[in-house]
Amino acid sequence: MTTGTAEVLRTRTRVRLGDRVFSISTVVAGTIILAVLAAVAIFLILQSLPAVFAQPGTLPSDAVNFWAYVWPFVFGTLWAAFLALIMATPLAIGIALFISHYAPRRVSQVLGYIIDLLAAIPSVVFGLWGITTLAPFVQPFYSWLTEVAGWFPLFAGPVSGTGRTILTAAIVLAVMVIPIMTAICREVFLQTPRLHEEAALALGATRWEMVTMAVFPFARSGIISAIMLGLGRALGETLAVAMVLSPAVIVKFAVLQAQSPNTIAANIALQFPEATGLSVNALIASGLVLFVVTLLINVLARYIVSRRKTFSGAN
Amino acid sequence: MSKRIEVTDLNVYYSSFLAVEDVSLSIEPRTVTAFIGPSGCGKSTFLRTLNRMHEVIPGARVEGEVLIDGNNLYAPGVDPVLVRRQVGMVFQRPNPFPTMSIRENVLAGSRLNNRRMSKSDAETLVESSLRGANLWNEVKDRLDLPGSGLSGGQQQRLCIARTIAVSPEIILMDEPCSALDPISTLAIEDLIGELKQQFTIVIVTHNMQQASRVSDKTAFFNIAGSGKPGKLIEYDATTTIFSNPLEKSTEDYVSGRFG
Repeated sequence: MTTGTAEVLRTRTRVRLGDRVFSISTVVAGTIILAVLAAVAIFLILQSLPAVFAQPGTLPSDAVNFWAYVWPFVFGTLWAAFLALIMATPLAIGIALFISHYAPRRVSQVLGYIIDLLAAIPSVVFGLWGITTLAPFVQPFYSWLTEVAGWFPLFAGPVSGTGRTILTAAIVLAVMVIPIMTAICREVFLQTPRLHEEAALALGATRWEMVTMAVFPFARSGIISAIMLGLGRALGETLAVAMVLSPAVIVKFAVLQAQSPNTIAANIALQFPEATGLSVNALIASGLVLFVVTLLINVLARYIVSRRKTFSGAN
Repeated sequence: MSKRIEVTDLNVYYSSFLAVEDVSLSIEPRTVTAFIGPSGCGKSTFLRTLNRMHEVIPGARVEGEVLIDGNNLYAPGVDPVLVRRQVGMVFQRPNPFPTMSIRENVLAGSRLNNRRMSKSDAETLVESSLRGANLWNEVKDRLDLPGSGLSGGQQQRLCIARTIAVSPEIILMDEPCSALDPISTLAIEDLIGELKQQFTIVIVTHNMQQASRVSDKTAFFNIAGSGKPGKLIEYDATTTIFSNPLEKSTEDYVSGRFG
């Protein structure tokens, strides 16, 4: 009797071929991603070292040291991404809410497809659109803004004659990040438990009150994830910014002037073909800085999401 | 605080499907009325027409009249939002708002009506509502913790507290104990007995002992077959329904011969 059960147990514990293949392939896949990440990090750090410890005067644009060299680009990157998100976030949440809770089913389906289609447009097309259509279109508004609101530092003149300013770049970026943000927000909004929506309605909430009571609190961490993904794309976007912006190496908040701060990624794309020697190291080092900035922002986002975990509804 | 409900010739539809046919009944103030019947017979659907929660589902509509103290809920120009403030509802599964604390949950409904409630008024309302739901002693030291951390029975009483905090005239309960253990169920049943002093209560239940324990009158709903509309078969005092019903099918159902 006992030997019988022991035999049964022994045969049960034998690992099947399929299980083994599956577990090995997942382990391999998991290891590869770590190895690739490590390889990229090592490459960035090794190639950056010469630029970080460069002598004064050897770096491009006559920077005193590496940090002085990279700071305008860090500023430009963050500033452009911030402006883009300021425009994209409310719009994305509004579109997602319209699709998930307001629009009739047929309209929301069509709208959903269109939004997804927007995500499939290559960034070079957005760049072309930014140069040829958007910049000339917004230029008159920019002139008007500097005249009317020029006292406000953000809109200070002299206005750019081409419209190719950091604000235009930010608008292009906003249009580029809206699809992904909308898609995520829409999914999260649709997952709001019906029970909570009905609880709000049964208390006498209007549709908007129901959204603020049940949908937004539930979707809070999802909205933050959407913002972070949008931010990730805005920070790293290269081509559209490189095409639209007429760049300069400056740190300036004014968004309508001809001289706009460049972003790290666009600067690398523009400078790399002609770079030699230490300039190459400087560009790679600025790439490392972008990597670190993105990492820090992601950590911050995770911290924000986890801070109110007990109230998240996951328990 | 409590009102009479009169329903005449009510037909309830999901798009073109007739779910409940031709219901007429009258519910007295300050009583507990139980709706019983097999699954799918339309008792929950009918319950949801009493505070216009039915129409939240796309395509759902209603023909006929529901009068609350003589005012037709379905008259043109009646705002369903205001109806729901008068007719509160407790759901099958406890559904406190997970992102809100216990205190915020209780205040959720009254914040809608009156955003600038003073702090002391809010405190009074929280305490009286939680006392009304027999929950105060269990949660008074942790009002700022999330409502989702409570046990299922406590969550359901929190939902009742949230409902009575907006001082409705009528409270609808859609199988409020079906997700709870027997002890929590008993706590809710005792609470229903107390709430009856102030509110008109309508409860849907699958548990016939529960119906006989808590209700004054009982309505039995049945369905002729799948795809057919549910109908009100018999409506009478609970003791009559359970001891001496007029209809054969009611007797079969309450004695456990089917359903």
